[in-house]
Amino acid sequence: MIPSNSDVSRQFRRKLKSDLMIGMTAFATMLALAPLFLVLGYLVSKGASSLNLDFFIRTPKPVGEQGGGMANAIVGTFELVGIACLVGIPIGIGAGLYLAEHPLSTLGRAIRFAADITMGVPSIVIGIFAYAVVVRPMHGFSALAGSFALAVIMIPLVTRTTEEMVKLVPRELREAALALGVPRWRTSLSVVVRTAMAGIATGVILAIARITGETAPLLFTAFGNQFWSISVTHPIAALTVQVYAFAISPFADWQRQAWAGALVLTCIVLTLEIGVRWMTSGSARVPR
Amino acid sequence: MADLFEAAAGTAALERREARRKLGFRMRGFGDRFFGVLTLGLGLLILSILCGLALALILGSAASIQKFGLRFIISTDWDPANDVYGALPFIYGTVVSSLIALLIAAPLSVGTALYLSETAPEWLSRRVGFMVELLAAIPSVVYGLWGIFVLGPWLRDYVEPVLGEGLGFLPLFTGPRISVSMLCAGVLLAIMVLPYIASVCTDVFRAVPRTQREAALALGATRWEMVQIAVLPYGRSGIIGAIILGLGRALGETIAVAMVIGNRPEISASLFAPSATLASVIANEFAEATSSLYLSSLMELGLVLLAVGLLLNVAARVLVLNAKRGEGEAR
Amino acid sequence: MDDEWQRASAALVNFMADKLICRHLNAYYNYGQIQGLRNVDLKVGANLVTAIIGPSGCGKSTLVRCLNRMHEEVPGATVEGQVLLDGEDIYAPDIDPARIRRRIGMVFQKPAPFPTMTIAENVAAGLRLNSARLSRAELDEIVERSLSHAALWDEVKDRLDEPGVSLSGGQQQRLCVARALAVEPEVLLMDEPCSALDPISTARIEELLLELKESYTIVIVTHNMQQAARTSDYTAFMYNGELVEFGDTRQIFTNPSRPETEDYITGRFG
Repeated sequence: MIPSNSDVSRQFRRKLKSDLMIGMTAFATMLALAPLFLVLGYLVSKGASSLNLDFFIRTPKPVGEQGGGMANAIVGTFELVGIACLVGIPIGIGAGLYLAEHPLSTLGRAIRFAADITMGVPSIVIGIFAYAVVVRPMHGFSALAGSFALAVIMIPLVTRTTEEMVKLVPRELREAALALGVPRWRTSLSVVVRTAMAGIATGVILAIARITGETAPLLFTAFGNQFWSISVTHPIAALTVQVYAFAISPFADWQRQAWAGALVLTCIVLTLEIGVRWMTSGSARVPR
Repeated sequence: MADLFEAAAGTAALERREARRKLGFRMRGFGDRFFGVLTLGLGLLILSILCGLALALILGSAASIQKFGLRFIISTDWDPANDVYGALPFIYGTVVSSLIALLIAAPLSVGTALYLSETAPEWLSRRVGFMVELLAAIPSVVYGLWGIFVLGPWLRDYVEPVLGEGLGFLPLFTGPRISVSMLCAGVLLAIMVLPYIASVCTDVFRAVPRTQREAALALGATRWEMVQIAVLPYGRSGIIGAIILGLGRALGETIAVAMVIGNRPEISASLFAPSATLASVIANEFAEATSSLYLSSLMELGLVLLAVGLLLNVAARVLVLNAKRGEGEAR
Repeated sequence: MDDEWQRASAALVNFMADKLICRHLNAYYNYGQIQGLRNVDLKVGANLVTAIIGPSGCGKSTLVRCLNRMHEEVPGATVEGQVLLDGEDIYAPDIDPARIRRRIGMVFQKPAPFPTMTIAENVAAGLRLNSARLSRAELDEIVERSLSHAALWDEVKDRLDEPGVSLSGGQQQRLCVARALAVEPEVLLMDEPCSALDPISTARIEELLLELKESYTIVIVTHNMQQAARTSDYTAFMYNGELVEFGDTRQIFTNPSRPETEDYITGRFG
């Protein structure tokens, strides 16, 4: 059969439409990615010029004085995240093991559901929670309250990654260990978790990256601090809170420092993200 | 007799067993029970976090609920000076800014997801997918900073005039143009929720069985027709779920919005005007709340946020999970 | 002198006696919805090789997994009846299953060396994870003895620090045998140990069985009837969850008393 003229033109139109729509998806992708380069570009150009040694070794200067840095905020961020990890990682991994071992029980389902829901709770609401259960009883803002809020954000992330990663460990390994007469708890920790360790570590690092960038839950828990403090019972500075405070201030010098702080913050977070994905060649994903 | 000697040789193994049994192997039973109780306890802790969260907010907002009742939701008065509080301006701001965000982000996300799962070659798809993930990794305070100093002024100088001239007959695009505005918050939110929607959509599209695509191609469909026939219908509930998930993100996003929306508790028809959202007002005023009723009202805003967030999350997860499992209906 | 006689006679008793006895064993899956074993009675003689044969899905694996309480590790799986190890019921309420599994080792169908451990660590895993306190020298000795017992020592003695998963399939399976032997079990259960192996590795494992029989009681599940005939002293034929026939291997293969057994052996089904 010889295709008629109208058939040919119809084919051509279909092909054209297909190519056009596929071109549109590529265009949508470019539009979607443009902000990434714009944000990073401004960050580097505005932040790098404001970055100097003082930024890393000095505390903020009062209004009107030039200079100063965010040393206290950098240390504060590490302290807040460190304490949150100390609490959040063991709890998250333990609960993840429970989910992996009781995948279908009613309680297991309930806990998985709770973890998923908690992951979706706006972080500012978690800040209110931390305010109610830590700040109020302690009668004041504190590093502890900030870490508590961050831990609450972190725990469900670690739990769900642990569960997913442990589920990937072949049953045979678990059974082989049990058949050697190894008790279940020992099998779980020394064989199953150890085998899943790379994946769990990836998830933990991504969770750390996530909480390092959190601002909202710290506003009325850790509160921020213009001065040097590492006490867990006192308000403490954090990089994110400091960037926020300086960014909305009317002073050019503070705004300049906000860009520098944002650059440092982004470097920390992206180093964690890119590093971990590069090491695991992008195979592991953390639930968001 | 030969058997006996053979057996005697076996006694060496027997003796070693005895020795071993004496040597180690302590902690039986107890360790398992302890470990079981420990992991159970940690699991329960997660349940109790969620329950505690809800309880703390309900208790915290009790005073405000008692004082204002339902009026809290429909009143537009937010007047800390006179200790009178109404949430409507914030609910309005939250809904409108999130809608702007979805209006922009949803089509772009679906397009990006289609590009990643259908069109791009494998090596490019992996790299672009990675960049989309990075978009989600940038801290929101950084987006906020960029919004204040770059996006806001740019919208004011280049986008708002065009919108005002072209669509100025709509009240949405009228009024004075300043760099902090509802529009700016919406656009910034769109950038921030896009990676979430795109990444879920990509997963959903990738879960479409190969047989579906091949069946379409075998009928002589072009690539785009295949997407229309096989991919989009199959992934429909997943796309809706992803968008709802993005909506949940947008509603709860705090600090970036607080930085660019202008924080004025007023309902204004114009998108060029400043506004405020539930999350942004909590961020701005919580630490300075002077009266206990003020604090309680802010907590009630948090409660509203939590309730809406929970609802959306449950809905989205059900939809996405079904789509990924391949139970999503084909039409 | 006395002492030696005592030991020898103890060994003799050990040699003669039934090491494992199953009585009215019923096993279920999926919270009792599916029955895997129906009223199985079986006697496993000490220092003998007992083979369990039968078509796929007949309950062979379920049976051996019941013998060292591995069956209950499948979620929703339950067991009824008795399994006696030297006269002691392993399903008695106060018995720790881990302790039973140390006395009754197991080798699985698919070789599963621990991926995070080296060859030597794999062999020592059972001891180390059971927190036996052993010196470096003792451990080294056990590793060497177990590996030579599993006929693997010569092939791996220069690469003990390489990961266990770097070995070939047949070597991995022998590594798993060595790993099971290192805890010095009394009984070794093998659940189709050769089904994933090539003919040469299979031959090695079979040779190994004959050597191990001197010190261990062995139960082997196999779908390969020649293998059962070559290696075992006694053979049990299972069909549809039931133990159809049990007896001397020669008798089962030359003169089976039940028609189902004959059908299976002559290849009329399964």
